[in-house]
Amino acid sequence: MQYVTDASNDDDDYLSEIAQRKPLLLAMGLTKRFGSLAANEGVRLEIGRGEIHALLGENGAGKSTLVKMLYGALQPDEGLIAWCGRPVVIPNPSAARELGIGMVFQHFSLFEALTVAENIALALPPGSSLKEISERAERTSAQYGLSLKADSQIADLSVGERQRVEIVRCLMQNPQLIIMDEPTSVLTTSETDALFETLLRLRDEGKSLLYISHKLAEVRQICSAATVLRGGRNVGECDPRTESPASLARMMVGDDVQSVRAEPVALGDADTALELRDLHLPRDNPFGTDLVGVSMDIRRGEVAAIAGIAGNGQGELFDAISGERPTDSRSVMLFGKPAGNLSVTARRRVGAAFVPEERLGHGSVPTATLSDNIVLSRGRSEPELGGAGFLRWGTAKRWKDRIVEAFDVRKGGPDPVAGSLSGGNLQKFLVGREFDRSPDLLVINQPTWGVDAGAAAHIRRSIIELARNGAAILIISQDIDEIFEVADRVAVLAEGHLSPFTAAGETDREAIGLLLSRSVAASSEAEIEQALAATPQDQSHHAGGTDHAR
Amino acid sequence: MRVEFVRRDQPAAWLRLASPLLAVGLALVLAGLFFQVLGVDAGRALYVFFIEPLQADWSREDILIKATPLILIGAGLTVCFLSSTWNIGAEGQFVAGALAGAIMPLAFPDVEGFWVLPLMLVLGTIGGALCAMIPAQLKVRFGASEILVSLMMVYIMQLFLDWIVRGPWRDPQSFGFPKSRDFHTSAELSVLPGFFDLHWGFPIAIFVAVGVWFFLSRTIGGFDVRVSGAAPRAARFSGVSRARITVFVFAASGGLAGLAGIVDVAGNAQKLQPVISPGYGFTAIIVAFLGRLNPVGAIFAGLLLALTYIGGEGAQLDLGLPVQATQVVQGLLLFCVLALDTFILYRLRWVPKAVATPDTIEEGS
Repeated sequence: MQYVTDASNDDDDYLSEIAQRKPLLLAMGLTKRFGSLAANEGVRLEIGRGEIHALLGENGAGKSTLVKMLYGALQPDEGLIAWCGRPVVIPNPSAARELGIGMVFQHFSLFEALTVAENIALALPPGSSLKEISERAERTSAQYGLSLKADSQIADLSVGERQRVEIVRCLMQNPQLIIMDEPTSVLTTSETDALFETLLRLRDEGKSLLYISHKLAEVRQICSAATVLRGGRNVGECDPRTESPASLARMMVGDDVQSVRAEPVALGDADTALELRDLHLPRDNPFGTDLVGVSMDIRRGEVAAIAGIAGNGQGELFDAISGERPTDSRSVMLFGKPAGNLSVTARRRVGAAFVPEERLGHGSVPTATLSDNIVLSRGRSEPELGGAGFLRWGTAKRWKDRIVEAFDVRKGGPDPVAGSLSGGNLQKFLVGREFDRSPDLLVINQPTWGVDAGAAAHIRRSIIELARNGAAILIISQDIDEIFEVADRVAVLAEGHLSPFTAAGETDREAIGLLLSRSVAASSEAEIEQALAATPQDQSHHAGGTDHAR
Repeated sequence: MRVEFVRRDQPAAWLRLASPLLAVGLALVLAGLFFQVLGVDAGRALYVFFIEPLQADWSREDILIKATPLILIGAGLTVCFLSSTWNIGAEGQFVAGALAGAIMPLAFPDVEGFWVLPLMLVLGTIGGALCAMIPAQLKVRFGASEILVSLMMVYIMQLFLDWIVRGPWRDPQSFGFPKSRDFHTSAELSVLPGFFDLHWGFPIAIFVAVGVWFFLSRTIGGFDVRVSGAAPRAARFSGVSRARITVFVFAASGGLAGLAGIVDVAGNAQKLQPVISPGYGFTAIIVAFLGRLNPVGAIFAGLLLALTYIGGEGAQLDLGLPVQATQVVQGLLLFCVLALDTFILYRLRWVPKAVATPDTIEEGS
């Protein structure tokens, strides 16, 4: 044995295994415990050279923990990691980068006020001039079909372009293995296609990728191997190309995921719950978008969806509807009454509920407990919880338990701080918090952003159910699949302009996707309507092919 | 070898409780070193500072008397600091409260009655709150730094007090001494039954601190204060106006500092003098942090800091240490509290120079 001198039998088996197969990376028996919770328990992962390897699992399955150990951000309690057949210890991310492991994060870590080259320079070891870095960056980006200008400012770039900056920055460190966390969750269809071309090119060069995603269709499209985690343990390794999305989902969740679909409804003359009348709202920060003449009319019993890429006025629209930014009083009407100058609390009192996009720091206070976070959005509007200005902690705790049960929120401890929950579980809690009050109007910005398949299905099912019970629901989403699953009507928000709504059954995702990826400043309103009204060519895209037309 | 701060996955719960105790311990060690450097035996100095004041009835009472303003101001600053707003001018609001409360006995010396003292306490609270409104309004309307404005207000109020006791409110029978006339009896805060000097201010301070605790933990208003400090965007989502919170916490902390001012004056000196505070308003900043930004914690922290005042006086008399020695000890305390608090959220990691060599094999498994 050339690697270790006094090895146990397990190690012997393990070492002979590496010696035979020589994978790029092999992790065996990785275990990481946080207190009594085993986030990873004996996890095995093998990534071959020139392979796009998928890492699948629900939120809380232990994917992040595993990736953090591979990237040196966490140290395993037990187990071994072998790189190119040699056991290694990875004490920190810079050691990982030295080995040749790079990572592209789900949440970008770029400075908006700096240029592409400046952002890249910050991540590289000191020594090269900005000019050299610019040249290298443009060369690298051209090589992989990631068109990028080194002197453009990050604030001016779309989300897809920002991701390219992250990828180029990662590639300039010449990694052998690139870890990508949910890379397509922020991309449009055409941006996703471009990304896949790049990934395949990287693979053909012999680089390996560890691809973390919830989108099973994508995984089947580009990955040739997959490791599935559930509850911190391996539950399967497979070739996703030979599996169906349903069988992959079954492995992740443990039972069949119910597919969600909006059945068409007859609204008749249902009451209008939310009406916007020619809403104009200037941006309140340099990176915002002005809303220009937005009008809409959302009625009880329906789910209306606004598609659009982040940064096209979604945040401003949400703030105007929720009341976080006051507007002209008649620009926003709630249940037929002017509400533009009402406070968030006053709007909640008349039956509206809101779920913002940003979970931490907007929808919740990360350092406060879950029951505290119930008080956050409900304490001032519900007398049972905060009547006469006094808090009833017993009520908050009861409601917290009710929400946790109804939405299957997984957490450590009875009432942990919001920041300690995984993204998907916190989202379930925050959505559950608003469902729990049985609102007459619910506005959700990005309902299932970064949420696993099981939780997303649960949230979507709840949305449809609430609408069928007579509530009006407006969702703002970047996820076209999601929109077609739940929405009765769709409109597109681009550069602060809102297109007219179209019945979901009378348009299709290609038409919407096209609108999203195109700059709306260039396209006229007639063009938008034309695209929206495109007859569906391929009904099978519509989650089973049900006719949405009313 | 390099040392790094690494964020903990979870705040260390045990440290949250232990940190003030460790901080006090560390401050004692550093204070001992400091005394040694000054040429005084460390053991003797620490004994005079921290043990001797606990041994006589009069000095024990004195600790409670000095703790009274510290607890009142500290409880108010707790509210302010929890909302991430920084009122550094409690010293000035203390003076403003004393001046406003003294209007009754000094401007209307002929008006007497059982209701005069309560009215003075109310006026003192209002005076402190009004003084705090200046930095609050400048902050809300123009974005001026509340730290600088509230600090500058301290000097304005101190000089105003100095002028008024030498001018309009000077006692005509004081033979030129700069002091006001003595308060009449219905303007005095009386001594607690069974004590020599300890007046009703101390139970008032305990009552107020518990009241502030109740407000912070059991009311929507207190919740708003905590949320607006912890996550401003979430506070807006909750329906809390940041401007309103800023005004409120300044009114609350200024009001309690003002109450402390009039309680101290009406309970002890019973007249105004050019200087009425040995820096209570600044020391109370330490009280608020040492008390873990918890009003009940501020009671204990207030008692400890009061001990340093009495001990400092003893050290001046017995050991010939300068008066500034007290401030140094208090400063060491604040320094240690803040330094140790860092470890609640962060831990140290020693990073070895060599990384990721194939020969280093993970132990265990």
